[in-house]
Amino acid sequence: MTKTVFEKSIRSRPVYDELQPRPGTAHLCVADGEGAEAVCDLFAKAGTAAAEMLARSHIIYVPGPTGTDLFAKVQALGAAQCHRSPSFWAAEPRLRKVLADAHMGLQVYLAGTETLIGLAQRDVIEAGLPHDAVQTEHRGSLSRRVQCVHCKGITENVTTDPFTCSHCGLNLFVRDHYSRRLAAFQGVNIDAEDPGTVPPAVERFK
Amino acid sequence: MGFEFNTETFRNDFTFRNSPRAIARFPFPFDRDDYMYSVNMEPHVPGRPGSVFEHAFDVDEHYLAEMRDRDLVLKEDPLRCQSLPHMEMAGWDLLELIMESKARDYPDWFELHRQGNKWHWINKPMQIEQKFTFLDSSTLPYGPMEYITRQTQGDFTLQDQRDENLWIEAGMVTTQADWSLDFDIGMGFHEWHAPVPLAHEKGVFDRALKFLLKLQHGAPVRRFNWTMTVDPLLDTSPENYPKWGPTRAEITPENVGQRMHLRVELQTLWRLPRSNAIAFPIRCYLIKFDELVTQPKWARRLHRVVRDLHPDLAAYKGFLRNRDTMVAYLSQYDDGAPTSPGWWPED
Ligand code: HEM
Repeated sequence: MTKTVFEKSIRSRPVYDELQPRPGTAHLCVADGEGAEAVCDLFAKAGTAAAEMLARSHIIYVPGPTGTDLFAKVQALGAAQCHRSPSFWAAEPRLRKVLADAHMGLQVYLAGTETLIGLAQRDVIEAGLPHDAVQTEHRGSLSRRVQCVHCKGITENVTTDPFTCSHCGLNLFVRDHYSRRLAAFQGVNIDAEDPGTVPPAVERFK
Repeated sequence: MGFEFNTETFRNDFTFRNSPRAIARFPFPFDRDDYMYSVNMEPHVPGRPGSVFEHAFDVDEHYLAEMRDRDLVLKEDPLRCQSLPHMEMAGWDLLELIMESKARDYPDWFELHRQGNKWHWINKPMQIEQKFTFLDSSTLPYGPMEYITRQTQGDFTLQDQRDENLWIEAGMVTTQADWSLDFDIGMGFHEWHAPVPLAHEKGVFDRALKFLLKLQHGAPVRRFNWTMTVDPLLDTSPENYPKWGPTRAEITPENVGQRMHLRVELQTLWRLPRSNAIAFPIRCYLIKFDELVTQPKWARRLHRVVRDLHPDLAAYKGFLRNRDTMVAYLSQYDDGAPTSPGWWPED
């Protein structure tokens, strides 16, 4: 799978690039699902410098929301540290520790679903790392993490629009308005003005 | 001050009304017969006596009722008032700005006595008297921003300035036109404006941000924003949209004059001295169509603006579905006569 092409959207919607090897004192890769391939491509691009880079790399990998588990691929790279977590939430304490211990010159590479990138990026920002030390690349599922603006509950892995809030049960349409603090898109009641009139759900975020 | 504070509600039975005085001084936002987004900012200098521009922070007949409504909103949803930890100094700046302005502009109602950092604040209409130590939040019942904005009409947001951008990082938002502080807090200028149609493409936000980054202390500016609201509901929050959304489907030719309200926000922008943050008070004024059409110039002009508004703006402001009914009502008050430039009803 290659880089995702996104439709033109509004200014709060995150945009992603392609991971490029950068000189650094240490390298932290966080990836889920198909993001493993972006990490492999990253080290391939490093060419002859890859071995030296891997010797100072820490890879944290989580299977994707649809079950894609390419851990063997990233493990085969031979990084100094390579860890598989069953979920982002299981990986987060480790991620925070690595960020807290970070020294000047750490390069961060985030790859995979928007949810993984958004959640990890939030930790990176909270840890106070400079913006230009973080790169992101989208791969894999387009499913969204959506906050219900009404009950504030977050529904993970939303693939259809509209969808039913997993907390309060309202029918929500999914906006492109995105909060980096919440690492979530916004869901708004679709039938507020005409209760009961809910268009059929369309699979927009495969 | 020549008027009394109304006993009225902004919910349930909606007893909110504008007196003839309030109608005459309503901040009608259209200085011409058409409307499109622009970088509409002008110096916030004292305006005509009696107008909403006379003072830095206008206090009007709805003051006490609005403060009661704010308290109800906050009881239901404390997330309407939030401040990220580093924004407390900006909160103190705002508290000082409002206390100084009100004590200066309305000495019969508000008093501020200072001896060094020992401050004594008196708000007679709300029957509040508070002695506290400036910059020591343990001496106030709330944080400084929450304390003063529970006593001041309008929503407020505080923007930190860094990396050539403004970041919305604190706010008291209970009378908003359908946007969520809880969702937007932490965003940059272009991010929180992302949902606005057409204006990005026109460069409005690029130019506005550039201007604001250079805003000087002591030289505040103001601008208008406007939308339409069914019933005099201050709390048109996205949080409560399932509660108020259905009223948009209840507008008929018979009730549009009573229930449809022009909602005007008089927004001001202030550079704050200690924090270097920007305060953004968003003062909301409501007027029902039946009240508005008592001013012939406004009636003619509003008819033309609503009729000709770009459909993307009408949709964004949430009145596309009622536009035809609104235009039909307003057209009765438009004889086609020319309107004079500017906002004032009588000029
Ligand atoms: C720095 C303080 C400001 C804050 C906190 C602020 C906040 C907001 C918010 C939250 C919205 C609603 C967006 C949504 O739909 O979710 C909005 C709308 C808007 N803002 Fe601002 N704004 C600020 C300054 C300005 C300035 C200086 C301009 C000048 C051009 C401006 C122009 C607009 C326009 C045109 C809209 C659309 C309003 C409508 O049609 O109803 N804003 N603003």
